[in-house]
Amino acid sequence: MINWFKFASPASFYPLAGKLWPWFAALATAFCAAGLWISFFVAPTDFQQGEGYRIIFIHVPASWMSMFIYCVMAFWAAIGITFNTRLSGMMSAALAPTGALFAFLSLWTGALWGKPMWGAWWVWDARLTSELILFFLYLGYIALTSAIDDPRRADKAGAIVALVGVVNVPIIYFSVKWWNTLHQGASVSLTKAPSMATTMLWGMLLMALAFWMYSIAMSLYRVRAIILEREHHAGWVAELPEMQR
Amino acid sequence: MNAFIAIVRRDLLLAARRKSEVLTALFFFMIVVSLFPLGIGPETAMLRRIAPGVLWVAALLAAMLSLGRLFATDHQDGTLEQMALSPTPLAVLVSGKVLAHWLTSGLPLVLLAPVLGLQFDLSARALGVLMLSLLLGTPILSLIGAIGAALTLGVRGGGVLLSLLVLPLYIPALIFGAGAVEADVAGLGAGGHLSLLGALLALGVFFAPWAATAALRIALD
Repeated sequence: MINWFKFASPASFYPLAGKLWPWFAALATAFCAAGLWISFFVAPTDFQQGEGYRIIFIHVPASWMSMFIYCVMAFWAAIGITFNTRLSGMMSAALAPTGALFAFLSLWTGALWGKPMWGAWWVWDARLTSELILFFLYLGYIALTSAIDDPRRADKAGAIVALVGVVNVPIIYFSVKWWNTLHQGASVSLTKAPSMATTMLWGMLLMALAFWMYSIAMSLYRVRAIILEREHHAGWVAELPEMQR
Repeated sequence: MNAFIAIVRRDLLLAARRKSEVLTALFFFMIVVSLFPLGIGPETAMLRRIAPGVLWVAALLAAMLSLGRLFATDHQDGTLEQMALSPTPLAVLVSGKVLAHWLTSGLPLVLLAPVLGLQFDLSARALGVLMLSLLLGTPILSLIGAIGAALTLGVRGGGVLLSLLVLPLYIPALIFGAGAVEADVAGLGAGGHLSLLGALLALGVFFAPWAATAALRIALD
């Protein structure tokens, strides 16, 4: 039986995260290199959209990750509330900026893609709107946790925001979707090629894996910084080799 | 149940003693709504089109404005701590406070909306749907707002933070509320939108006091 709670202590998680993050960073680099190679050199030019469609390899994985990271954040928030572990709040706090980054990236690349394809930087489509709201939810979380000085209180308050948000995300998504279909025809539906070529799919999956590994590496790296910041008064931090310099 | 009624009566009495706070939010609602025809121009067709959205957005902002005082004064004078210590579950007391907040800030908006809707040349039928959608929707605003107000209790820059937290969560209420009126004007029937608003309200009544209580306990730690 593995003792799952062993690594719930920042003191034992700090070295583990330190060992793990370079591996995830290396995996991210490898997947990213392979994914970019496929997306730029192997994947065929799209019949309808020409070369412009290639932004899909950044756009779709970024959107996936922005949604997925919010769920992971809410998961750690729930763990933090139920088990009252310190590390869970730190994980949530470490994930939020990466999630916000991907949400922003998804909106940004979407705008760049929308301009040549739809002729508009922005349309009030259901997906775009709900992604924008997701971005606002990330900003709300970050703003609240950084406005509270006591880190434990900030974690708990942030956990409630994350959980309330995760309950609301499906509601928001469907409300936005129905609102859109009621008032706007299918004029902005994505005119994709009938079926996606296998190489395109591979490129997208590899890029998604790369983003996933990047998120893990970044959040582990960030959680180490957060641990050091919050535990700087603890004895074990003072004994760390990087603190001896 | 007695404690619930007592809390509602107490908060209503407090609001009656401090009329200016309630009235400020109400006048804010009227001013924001009146600004739109001034900014956009007086064409009736256009005004009729934007009326539901404008009234709903103004209602959201007015509800936001009054959220700050929901727990802040009780927190300052220590009443909130006594409530947390009382044998009655805190969630019941929070529900009472939310109900009182709705009675003082949501209900006046519902009653005022048809008058303002007349300025936008809405038909009597649309005004009825608008009132109904606000009647179902403004309690949702108070319920979700209570979570935000509890979370930002005693936090630096609480007011702005509150809007950042709460406004994204208000979006479904806004969409279905304004959508009900628009659907009715378009002849599609408002039933679906109103049912969804009712469903949101049922969810909110069940979960929001609970989440707000958890947030209050964190603030009181």
